[in-house]
This record gives sequence, C-alpha cells and structure tokens, in this order.
Amino acid sequence: MSAVVFFVAAIGAIAGAIGVVALRNPFYSVLALVGHLLSLAALFLLLRAEFIAAAQVVVYAGAVMVLYLFVVSYIGSGVRQLTPGGSGLRLVAGGAVLALFVELAIAVLGSGLKAISGEGAPYVSGFGSPAAIGEALLTKFLFPFEVASLLLLVAAVGAVVLARRRRGTTLDDDERDPAHWITPRSLFSGTMAEAVGAIRDPGAEPVATPAGHDEEGGW
Amino acid sequence: MSTTTWAWLVLAFPLAGAIVNGLGYKKLGRGGAGAIGTLAIGLAFVCAVAALIGLQGHASNDRALVSSLWDYAVTGDVNAKLSILVDPLSVYMMLVVTGVSTLIHLYSVSYMRGDRGYSRYFAYLNFFVFSMLVLVLGGNFLMLIVGWAFVGAASYLLISFWYRRGTATKAGIKAFVINVVGDVGLVLGTFFILRHSGTLDFLGTFRAAEGGAFAGHQGSLTAGCLLLLVGAFAKSAQIPLHTWLPDAMEGPTPVSSLIHAATMVTAGVYLIARMHPLFERAPAAADTAAIVGCVTLLVAGTIGLVMTDIKRVIAYSTMSQIGYMIMAVGAGGYVAGLFHLMTHAFFKALLFMAAGSIIGAMAGGQSLERMSGFRRAMPFTFGCFVVGGLALSGVPPFSGFFSKDEILAFVGSRGGWFDVLYVVGYAGAFLTAVYTWRMIFRAFFGEPCTEAKELEHGHLAHAEVPTNPANGEVEDTDVGFPGPEHTIAERALPMKVAMTLLAIGATFAGFVQIPHVDHVITNFLQPTFADSKWVDHEPSNTLVNFGLVIGTVIGLSGIALAYRVWVLKPGSAAAWQARLKPVYTLFVNKWWFDEAIDLLVVRPFAAFGNFARGTFERVFVDDTLVGGTTGIVRAGSAAVRAIQTGFLRYYAALLLLGGAAVLLYFLISAS
Amino acid sequence: MAIDWYLVVSALIFCIGAGGVLVRRNPLVILLCLELMLNAANLALIAFARMHGNSDGQIFALIVMVVAACEVTVGLGLIVAIFRRRLPIDVDELRELQG
Repeated sequence: MSAVVFFVAAIGAIAGAIGVVALRNPFYSVLALVGHLLSLAALFLLLRAEFIAAAQVVVYAGAVMVLYLFVVSYIGSGVRQLTPGGSGLRLVAGGAVLALFVELAIAVLGSGLKAISGEGAPYVSGFGSPAAIGEALLTKFLFPFEVASLLLLVAAVGAVVLARRRRGTTLDDDERDPAHWITPRSLFSGTMAEAVGAIRDPGAEPVATPAGHDEEGGW
Repeated sequence: MSTTTWAWLVLAFPLAGAIVNGLGYKKLGRGGAGAIGTLAIGLAFVCAVAALIGLQGHASNDRALVSSLWDYAVTGDVNAKLSILVDPLSVYMMLVVTGVSTLIHLYSVSYMRGDRGYSRYFAYLNFFVFSMLVLVLGGNFLMLIVGWAFVGAASYLLISFWYRRGTATKAGIKAFVINVVGDVGLVLGTFFILRHSGTLDFLGTFRAAEGGAFAGHQGSLTAGCLLLLVGAFAKSAQIPLHTWLPDAMEGPTPVSSLIHAATMVTAGVYLIARMHPLFERAPAAADTAAIVGCVTLLVAGTIGLVMTDIKRVIAYSTMSQIGYMIMAVGAGGYVAGLFHLMTHAFFKALLFMAAGSIIGAMAGGQSLERMSGFRRAMPFTFGCFVVGGLALSGVPPFSGFFSKDEILAFVGSRGGWFDVLYVVGYAGAFLTAVYTWRMIFRAFFGEPCTEAKELEHGHLAHAEVPTNPANGEVEDTDVGFPGPEHTIAERALPMKVAMTLLAIGATFAGFVQIPHVDHVITNFLQPTFADSKWVDHEPSNTLVNFGLVIGTVIGLSGIALAYRVWVLKPGSAAAWQARLKPVYTLFVNKWWFDEAIDLLVVRPFAAFGNFARGTFERVFVDDTLVGGTTGIVRAGSAAVRAIQTGFLRYYAALLLLGGAAVLLYFLISAS
Repeated sequence: MAIDWYLVVSALIFCIGAGGVLVRRNPLVILLCLELMLNAANLALIAFARMHGNSDGQIFALIVMVVAACEVTVGLGLIVAIFRRRLPIDVDELRELQG
C-alpha cells in the first residue's frame, strides 16, 4: 500500500518538477510547482513527518506560491520565455545535470554512501508530531529558531525597501520611450564594461588615445 | 705622536680640505677656499716631515710600519683592511707629493683668481692630493686600487674643469677611459698575485714571495706583473696607453703641473718600485717595463720636437722623462728612478708654472707660433724657464743632470742588450735638450710679438672675445669656462714665491746624490730596497765618470743646436722641415697612435655597442623578455577576464560543474 | 520503502531544478527552479530524519523552508524593482557586472 502511494507521489513530484522547467508561461510553472509541493507533502507523510507536511502545504504552497502568483500577474508573461541562450549552454546544462544525477545515483545506490540503512529506525510514537517538533524547537534548536525569525524580519523589510516607489521611476504612459528610461546606474557612464571598451557610448566623444596604444585593452 | 699617526694626519688634512671646500663653498667665498686648500696641503706637508723624523727615529731594520684603521672585509683568506704602510719609500713619495702640491696650490691661488669655479677647483685639487696620498701610503692592494681609481677620477674632474668646453670634456673622457683600462689591468694583476700569495697585504705578499709562494707558478707571477704594468703604463702615459696625456693639457695649467707632471703620472713608477720583489722574480715583466720606457722616451722626444702648443711640448717632455723613470725601475735602479722622480717634479712643475705665466701674457693663447720675444717683458718667467730648461736638459750643476745620469749609468751597467737602452737614453737626452730649448728660444727670443710689446709698456693683453685655444671656438667667461682675467708671475706674489721655491729645488736638489760624494737618497731608501737583488749593484766608476762627461756634452750640444736653428738662423727650422718631410709628417701626426687606437679599438667597440643596442637589446630584451612577460600577463588576464561575462546562467553553470567535479572526487576517493 | 528510493527521487528533483536554473531566461522561473532544489534538499533531510529516528532533520527542513520563504520575498522584490524601472526581465540582458 505504502509503495503505491510512494510511486504516485513520486511521479507527481517529478512531473511537477518537469513542468516547472518546461512550461512556457510562468503562471503555469507556478501551478506546476504547487502540484509538486503537494506531492512532496504526501512523501513527507509517508516518512512520518506530519507537521512538516502540513507546514509545507499551508506555508509553502499556500502562502509563498500565492505571493509568486501575485508577482507573476503583476509582471505579466513576457514574450520570449523558453528560448535558451544558445545551444552551447543547453548542452552544457544537460551535460552537467546528467553528470550530477549520475553521481548522486551512484552515491546513493552504489557503495558510495555506506551509512544508509534500508528501512530506518523503529517507529517511536509521537515522532514527527507537532509536540515533538515544538519541543525540539524550544529546547535544542532555540537559537536557530530565534535567528530564523530575525531573518524573516530582515526579509520583510528588505522587500519593502526594494520595491518602494521613487519619484520619477514609476510607470508612466508618456515615458515608454527608451530614451527616458532611468536606470539604476546610467548606462555608458563609467561601468567596467565601458572601461574595457566592451560598450561604447555612441553619443560621446571618443577619448583621445595616443596612437598605437588602442589595442592595449584600456588599462 | 707616533709616526703612523702623523701619516694618518697627512691623509686627513687634504680630505678635510676637500670636504670643507666642496660643501661650504657658498659660505667660504674666494679667499677662504684658496686659503683652506693651501693650508690643508701645507699642514699635510708638515705632518709628512714629522712622519719622516719619526721614521728615522726607528732602527734601520724596523722602518716598515703598518697601521690599520679598521678591517674592511675579513673573509676566509682575504683580509682587506684600511691600512697604511709607512716606510722610507712611502714617506719619500709623501714628501714629494705634499711639498710640490703646496707650492702648486699657492700658485693656483693667483692663477685661478678670475675663474668662477674657484672653490670647486680647490676642492677637486685637495681631493686629488688625498687620493694620491692614499695611493702611496696604502699598505695593501685594496688601498692601492682605491687610491688608483680616485686619482683617475680626480684627474677626470680636473681635466674637464672647464666643462662647457667641448675639447676639455672629450679629453677628460679619453683620459678616464684609458685609465680604466689601466685599472682593469691593476685589479687583474692583483688577482693573479693574490692567488698564490694568499694575502692582500704588501709586506705579507713580499714575505710570501721570498718564502717561495710563486715557486711553481712563474706563469701566474709574470702574468700578474705584466697586468700591473698595464696599469702602470696607463697611469704614467707610456706607449701604447699614452694618448690621453697630451689631450689632458685641456685642464688649467696648475692642474697639468700637479697631476700630469709631478704626481699622478709618477704613480706607475711608484708601483713598480713598490712591487720590486715581485718584478725581480718575474724578469720578463721587468724587462718589458724597461723596453717600453725606453721606446716611450724616444718617441715622445721626437714628437715634442714638432709640437706647436707650448703645453703639449711640455707634456711630451713629461712622457719622455717618465719613460726614463720606468726604464730605470724596470732595470732595477729603483733609487735612480725615484731620484729622477723628485727632481723631475721640481723642474717640470716649474716649467708648467712658467708656461702658465706666459699663457696668461698671451691672454689664453698657447701656440708657440704666435709667441716670441718675451724676454724683456717677462724676465722672471724667462729666468724660471731657463732654470727648468737647464735642469731638464741635464746640464750640471742642475738637478736633472745628476738624476738622469744616475739612471743611464745604472742602465749601462746592466750590460747585455741594456746597452741599446743606454744609447737610446742618451739620444733621448739630446732630443730633450733640443726641444726644450726650441720652446724657450721661440718664446723668448726674436722680435717681440704684439702681446710682448704691450707688456713691455705695462699693459697685459686682454682677449676681446674669449676663444678656445685649441679650436678657436668662441666662449664666454662665465662658470664652466676660464675667467676673464689672466695672471702672470711678474704681477702675482704667490706665483712668484711658488716658482722661486721650485727653482731653488730644481737647481740644488741634485746635490743630495752627487756621484762619488754623497748618497743621501740611497741611504734613506735603503731599508725598503734592502731585499732587492740590485741593491749592491753599483755602476763602475769609469762608467759613471764617462756618463757625467757625455751627459754634459750632449746637453750643451743640444742647447747649441737649438740656438743655431732657432736664434742664429731663423729660417733653418722651416728648411729642415721641408727637407725631412716624411719624418716631419710622422712626428707631427704623433706617430698615428690616436688613429691606430681609433681604428683598432674604438670603432669595433662602438660598432659592437650599436649592434647590442639596435639588435640584441631591442629584440631580445625589449621584445622578448620584457614584452614577452607583459604579453603573457596580459594574455593571461584577458583569458581570465573572459570568464566574467555577466551572464547569470553562465555562472550558475560553472557552479554546477564545479560541484559535480567535487562530488566526483569524493566519490572516487571514497570507493 | 527503503530510504534509497526517497534519496533518488530527491536527487532527481534536484538535478531537474539545476537544469532549469541553467536553461530558463525568466528570473521568476529561475527562482521557481531554485525552490525545486530546496525542496529536494528538504525531502532528503526528512528521509534521513526518518532513518535515524531523530527529529533534527525535520527541524532543519523547517528552517530551510523559512529561509526559502525569505529568499523568495527578497528575490521577488528585486524582480519587481527591475520591472518598475522598465528593464527587460531577462537574465541574459541584465549583465552589467562584467569585465
């Protein structure tokens, strides 16, 4: 019985994962991730982690993904989504990923990792229950618990700072002209790329270089 | 105070004078610089006399005192100390150097009066005296080499004293380069000797030589001595390293008088005399010295016969007389050579000083062709020229007669092929008398030239437009060129005093070593040369008497010939010149030594230098080594820079690949 | 089921997520793939917790979830800020930090 549930949940998780990567529309990718998260929650349940499974569904799938959906709606789908940046990178990506998976598989299934025992420890009643988690959080893992809450605070503040409106930077129907775009740093004004000559400002005067020294890489 | 302390003081005073004059020239002013310079050397002379007295207070077999100030470098076998050796030879040289230098400083106080570089001059001159004293007082090869190099540097500084004059700077460089060749010889010679003697100390080396350190190494010893000779020849202007001396006359006249007559050029003679234990064990080297000295005296004499620049005549005369000295010490007559060194210092310095006086009367002009009839206008200068000329020509009872004859008598007594040198020596003496009196008769006899006439009326000639006497280029009288005023002896008391004292020396100094009568110098120098194999070698009485007579006859007949050609029959010089045209051409071109050296040495080296710069340096060093290194660095950093593309996914890919690699490593190491 | 299966699933999801990070150009989707990788790690942690009978792994997974949430917050804030300034939402275009 548990084997069947395991396979169903596993296939659901993997399908969701592939969906996230492969689907064009980011909206659909988010939905695929939600499905993936739910399957993962099922797997957690199989592993007797009840509280974590519940937290996964409520917090992760319920709150974080909803936030994602908000942002995706705000930004819109965009035009070009999946075209990879050149087949070179696609090949490298494929190769690297394959290599990684093979290594991990060997590690897990082969004789690489010797500390994996087959079935696991005998079940103790109350393992994975909220009571057990709560007790651990407030005794053994008090410090990480407090730090994690601080981290959440920092993240919240950071998000507010990053996304606040500033004068002259908001969307304006009159300001769709690229010439009026304001960038965090003005392009063509002393970036590293300019320094090495990779970008040249078409409007600016060329800097006078002594004859014959142009190819020296602009040190 | 002990003798060696006096000797250290002799070194200290000129050095202090040089430093004070050199650094304090702004505060001291004119009079101060001259006074300090002269006083410093005067005090040095006094200390030298005190050292003499102290030395004579020691027993005669205990007259080699060594004093060391500190150990410069003590490594293994080589013990290099800052030490001086006070023995009769060094005290003798010290007295000559400081005595003549004091008089020349006194002379310079008036002579250089109008020059803007007055204080610089005295600083350099004091530095020179210090260096020369280091050279003669040095107790080991290190001090000798240091003094040798310093006198070369001082000579360069003083020859190019008027540094805005192109001819002067070229002459200074020429002198310095040839001196460096000599320095190399000296140092290499030291190495060859050090190899077997094991010590840099003079006394230690001589003891080792006596003890047979060079027994199986005759080749090394001869090579070492020959290399020392290279040094001696360069410094003493013997053939073939003599071409710098005539050009060195570009320096002010007192400089020529001090450095290129009395002291620096005698360093070679001192070297051979000091190293006599080594030279006696390397007869090939000693004989080479004698032969080269002989050749030089003849060749220089012939060239002096046709030179028209008065200073160059005296310069070639110096070269010739040093040839006599080198011939003497090469043959083994050390006392004779050193005696001639002293008398030569007196009369040659006197001649140069007098020449300076007449050059002043000519407002800087030095050509004999324009000088004539100064006898009435400059009687004192004329008198000095006469005294110096008689001494130089070897006419009794002047000092040059006794010293030159002692040399020739010794050389003759060696027998064998030295007889050739003996005859050549007398031929040289004849030439000496002729060219010396040619110079005197041309300058002082005959119809007075314009400058002489003006001077008779009490008006010293003044050049409207200062020019370089050598090539007629126009100059100004600001710093770097001679000053506007010229002095003559008749009008300057310091010059008169100095010249008078030297004239007295030139006249009477010979009386200390009259044959058959007294041997003051021989006795004085005996402790130093006691270990020489020639110490008891006396020429026979017949030879000595014969020499005295022949010397007088030759000297007087030379004067007579010169009188006939240049005074009695004024056109005969030109007639002789036309009749012996090829000989004249040979002499006037100085036997083409300059051209030969230019062709054989200067041009190949210049070509090599150009090649090195143009090809080797440009291609190998600039392009390959330097360019290559920077190119590699640049390429490397360009390659590394290529990783910084700015693509997020690129970085992520690198991360992943790296992670996979690390995992692979762990997988492999764990299995 | 033996723990190995869970670990293999976790490895597979992790690799899929890594591939997604490398292949997609939309930063939003890249963040989603990052979430995938984090979840894979969570699964592994829970599996080991079960194996040892120790709830440490579960606490760890909980904290990872917290961190993931923070990271998403900040990342999305960045993307919104980029969008507000009318820059293209494409990691290939956002590459000024180069040289």
